[in-house]
Amino acid sequence: MIDLDKTDRALLRALAADATQSAGALGRLLGLSQPATWRRIRRLQDNGVIKGRRVDLDPEKLGFGVTVFLGVKLATRGRVSLEDFERAVSAIPEVLSVQQVLGLYDYRLRVTARDIADFERVLRRRVMTLPGVGDVEANVLLSEERRPGPI
Amino acid sequence: MLDDTDRRLLRYLQSDPAIPVSDLAQRCTITPATAARRIDRLTGEGVLRGQHAIIDWSALGFTVEVSLRFTLDKGDPRGFDEFLAEARKIPQVVEIQTFLGRVDVRLSVIARDMAHYRALYRDRILTLPHISELEALVHISTIKMAETLPI
Repeated sequence: MIDLDKTDRALLRALAADATQSAGALGRLLGLSQPATWRRIRRLQDNGVIKGRRVDLDPEKLGFGVTVFLGVKLATRGRVSLEDFERAVSAIPEVLSVQQVLGLYDYRLRVTARDIADFERVLRRRVMTLPGVGDVEANVLLSEERRPGPI
Repeated sequence: MLDDTDRRLLRYLQSDPAIPVSDLAQRCTITPATAARRIDRLTGEGVLRGQHAIIDWSALGFTVEVSLRFTLDKGDPRGFDEFLAEARKIPQVVEIQTFLGRVDVRLSVIARDMAHYRALYRDRILTLPHISELEALVHISTIKMAETLPI
């Protein structure tokens, strides 16, 4: 774990808001030279604090009108079926994320679809036919907000 | 409307957000000037909303992540907004989503360890207004996390 000073935190906040800013522009913002800013960014990357960049696209404008979160409970447990399930669910292109959780459900899936009819197709043909799948709960995403977090 | 070249461009950009425009143009077999113009247009149309650094909170010592799913008390018409406004004040809340379904709101909360989570839960979460029901899913692992759309 690395320690961050005030400047690192400001840099991280700025990059989380807009990752396309150049080291020069960020340096001017924070009162640092371009090479010093660059070194700090490199350090954050090398320590795994910044693990990459995300391109923010408007899903609706690209024809993905519906996002649904599914809580999935497995019907049968055991090591083999867990692996089978994880491999099969990860291979579905409409399933954007798969998280293993502890609680009411075993997995939490983020599914994107063109519309509700398309979602039904994904749900029935691809999700409900997965090996070991049991109870499924669906919640349709209405809004989403990513917060800056404790930096 | 988006054409095939736009889609190809966004696909390459999603898979490699830091790609120089010249390389992007080459992959799409268009000139760098055309690529730059298309990126400007997609940005202007709100399809491309920006780029954000992805922070790995575990690298900063936040090892616990919990999904808190709330059902809100529907008696007060301003309940939703008041709940969301208070939730935004908690720095450890990194994601806020609203849903149509059994769950109304989901907060993604990070904490340094279970003792820290317990304190947050008691002092900040349980004190949020208009909670009717609340359940927690503790993240065990991320099996898949595609920060991309299947364009």
